[in-house]
Amino acid sequence: MQAMADLSGGFSAPSVDAAHAFRAALEALARPGSVQDLRGATPPAPLSVAAGTLLLTLADSATPLHLAGAADCDAVRGWLAFHCGAPLVGPEAAMLAVGRWEDLGPLSAYPRGTPDYPDRSATLIVECDALDGPANATLSGPGIETRATAPLPDLATLAENHALYPLGLDFFFTAGARVMGLPRSTRTEAL
Amino acid sequence: MYVATKGGERAIEAAHAWLAEERRGDPAVPELSVAQIREQMSLAVNRVMAEGSLHDPDLAALAIKQARGDLIEAIFLIRAYRTTLPRFGASVPVDTARMAIDRRISATFKDVPGGQVLGPTFDYSHRLLDFALMAEGAPPPAPTRDPETANTAAPAPHVLALLDRDGLMEPQTDGAETPPDLTRSPLEMPAERALRLQALARGDEGFILGLAYSTQRGYGRTHAFVGELRIGRCIVEMEIPELGFAVGIGEIELTECETVNQFTGSKTEPAQFTRGYGLVPGQSERKAIAMSLVDRALRWEELGEDNTGAPAQDAEFVLSHCDNIQATGFLEHIKLPHYVDFQSELELIRRLRREAVAAAPQSAAPAAHSAPAPSSSPAPSSPAKGEAAE
Amino acid sequence: MTARATRKARPERPAMSEDYNFAYLDEDTKRMIRRALLKGIAIPGYQVPFASREMPMPYGWGTGGVQVTAACLVPEDRLKVIDQGADDTTNAVSIRRFFERTAGVATTTRTREATLIQTRHRIPEEPLREGQILVYQVPIPEPLRFLEPRESETRRMHALEDYGLMHVKLYEDIARHGEIATSYAYPVRVAGRHVMDPSPIPKFDNPKLSGNAAIQLFGAGREQRIYAVPPWTQVVSLDFEDHPFTPSKADAACDLCGAAGSYLDEVITDDAGSRMFVCSDTDYCTTRQAEGHRGRLNREEVA
Repeated sequence: MQAMADLSGGFSAPSVDAAHAFRAALEALARPGSVQDLRGATPPAPLSVAAGTLLLTLADSATPLHLAGAADCDAVRGWLAFHCGAPLVGPEAAMLAVGRWEDLGPLSAYPRGTPDYPDRSATLIVECDALDGPANATLSGPGIETRATAPLPDLATLAENHALYPLGLDFFFTAGARVMGLPRSTRTEAL
Repeated sequence: MYVATKGGERAIEAAHAWLAEERRGDPAVPELSVAQIREQMSLAVNRVMAEGSLHDPDLAALAIKQARGDLIEAIFLIRAYRTTLPRFGASVPVDTARMAIDRRISATFKDVPGGQVLGPTFDYSHRLLDFALMAEGAPPPAPTRDPETANTAAPAPHVLALLDRDGLMEPQTDGAETPPDLTRSPLEMPAERALRLQALARGDEGFILGLAYSTQRGYGRTHAFVGELRIGRCIVEMEIPELGFAVGIGEIELTECETVNQFTGSKTEPAQFTRGYGLVPGQSERKAIAMSLVDRALRWEELGEDNTGAPAQDAEFVLSHCDNIQATGFLEHIKLPHYVDFQSELELIRRLRREAVAAAPQSAAPAAHSAPAPSSSPAPSSPAKGEAAE
Repeated sequence: MTARATRKARPERPAMSEDYNFAYLDEDTKRMIRRALLKGIAIPGYQVPFASREMPMPYGWGTGGVQVTAACLVPEDRLKVIDQGADDTTNAVSIRRFFERTAGVATTTRTREATLIQTRHRIPEEPLREGQILVYQVPIPEPLRFLEPRESETRRMHALEDYGLMHVKLYEDIARHGEIATSYAYPVRVAGRHVMDPSPIPKFDNPKLSGNAAIQLFGAGREQRIYAVPPWTQVVSLDFEDHPFTPSKADAACDLCGAAGSYLDEVITDDAGSRMFVCSDTDYCTTRQAEGHRGRLNREEVA
């Protein structure tokens, strides 16, 4: 019972909070490069509000989860065990992963789907300091009317991921209570 | 002047009220109680529980009442209710060797250890309408088993286990892995046997019966003998993590059928009998026997048999079409409005005919398209479209 | 057993949302559907398998669309449900009432006011905008199914991008009829990769699939598939250079609102076979009439 304080920060109205969070995530992934508000959960550090909210919205006992780098700490483990019960795994078995870009890699470690089932690939939640930094990439593809720009890490790796299409990983970049989506279908080019 | 149909909501409500009235029938006749259905229509209740995949005789009886006796509709009600239930866990596998037997017969041996028990069967009843039942009297009491032998009898071993001991049966090992759950994950092909059995167990009795019958008539024949058919009650046990052992949480009635089938063997393996398996909740032996025949027919690949192209050998065909709730929904949905698609077909067919007629007079006889008698001219024959309308 | 322990006495007509979770589905199920939807968005036109639940309405009545809608709804949504383009067809009424009761959301018949539109067989005439979601009810999600009934085979064809069979079928149509004899559920290629069944919309609607500002989601309940077309995605109706795709409709104008460019229903008005044409999109038609537009059979009513 004394652990209760550490385990607070879940959804206060689970079905409605999750519904709002999902719509934000859907808009984010359907409109790559657009930044959406994503809040509802207050996870323990170092998880951002957006990353914690996304995990409560998408993760449960059916989604093996990889915690990378600083995200892999007792506070986060305990919070996730209590709120979503996702089994914690290494990158090779992960359907979801969360951490900073430098801690998540290499991307080749994650399931990228199979030719028969390209959907069986991991979704990576990439914790960032900010999403409104100077853009370094042009985005094009489904979800983008003409052209979008975004600040992205490591364009070469993201381009490799896109080249695997229809296989590949999908990304949510999170900072504070903001999220930006980048599906495998998006072509990224240096600005 | 045409006005778009309005008042859909009122029409729906009126239809429901009428339905409720029809369900009740003549109010001068006493209303059926759920308990009456549960006790006196028990085989219907069993079927609804089996194909509805939910053990609850009261709810199944209620569903039958609500569905006016339409069992597929009742199964649908149970399925829709079932999906809303929380899951607390899975039971440990039921041990049918420890079944409290009500009926047990073997077609392969004259007698078996534990004895042949006819139980409450229609098998040797003459199918003569019993007008005494119209009089609603109590039937004469059935003789009861000697309690000495009935309840204290040792568990009846499976007949096939006896053949197993002699090495005449294909070996069967316990799978340690948790079987997939058809109701929680999308059906994926090819389907392993555990998944196939699950689908068959909740599949439509009539469909499984027809398939099984087709195997007997040569469409994927497997030469089945009923090694054993048993009906009785089994304890359902569940592991309680806090206790560290399994406790009984209830009892369910099951029908189990194991068939013995021929297998010719190969150069490396001597001839052996093989198995087909059927397990259905409740007393439902037609379904259990049929299931075991279809199960055996579906095993052609692992047993190195030929695929003769029989429907019962085609797992994708069988599994995709055995669910009566899926089938009835999709079948009946064609009565929903499709006038938008039909309009596009009308427009297409008129244009094709117009173009054909316009093209025809140059080469064909002028009378060809106006003659009322069927003509050999290809022009006006309507293009038969292969597309199915959804 | 467990059923008995958890069963609650439920009134036959439960009041809004008290007896069910918000939007009917339990949270586990919604999470599962939401994950599938996101993968669908990431791979436009690819059919994501999902563990479709049994719904309290029959398969074929829109169980896939209903599950997708349930997974997307927020309380602030304004829901529109159409069947054949009309808000007042009985199944549209029934589905709308289901969500009024289980999610308590506001509903509308106005396309422009709706934030989420569930549809069977039509795309609204009025262009959709950003922030809107269009959910299609899908009977057979596999565009190759009538050419190859086996899932194992069609899955392989999609994996290998082997759509030769489809082109052969379309070409045989041309050989026999002089044109592609598919008038609805006309196959499309999405984002240059996956061939997709757009659900049984008339091919007149196909051009609206492409470059649409709204998010388009497709749910096939019985077949356990979800797929999606993100906004602004290129969707091309399959055709040949010498036989280009042509969207088509009845060669007439709406007899009520006079619209010449909307998809029309043909209504037989008497035993002698007289007929009239009216917009299939009832909101489009009534909006136009409210704006003063009149068709052939509606002129006397102009004030």
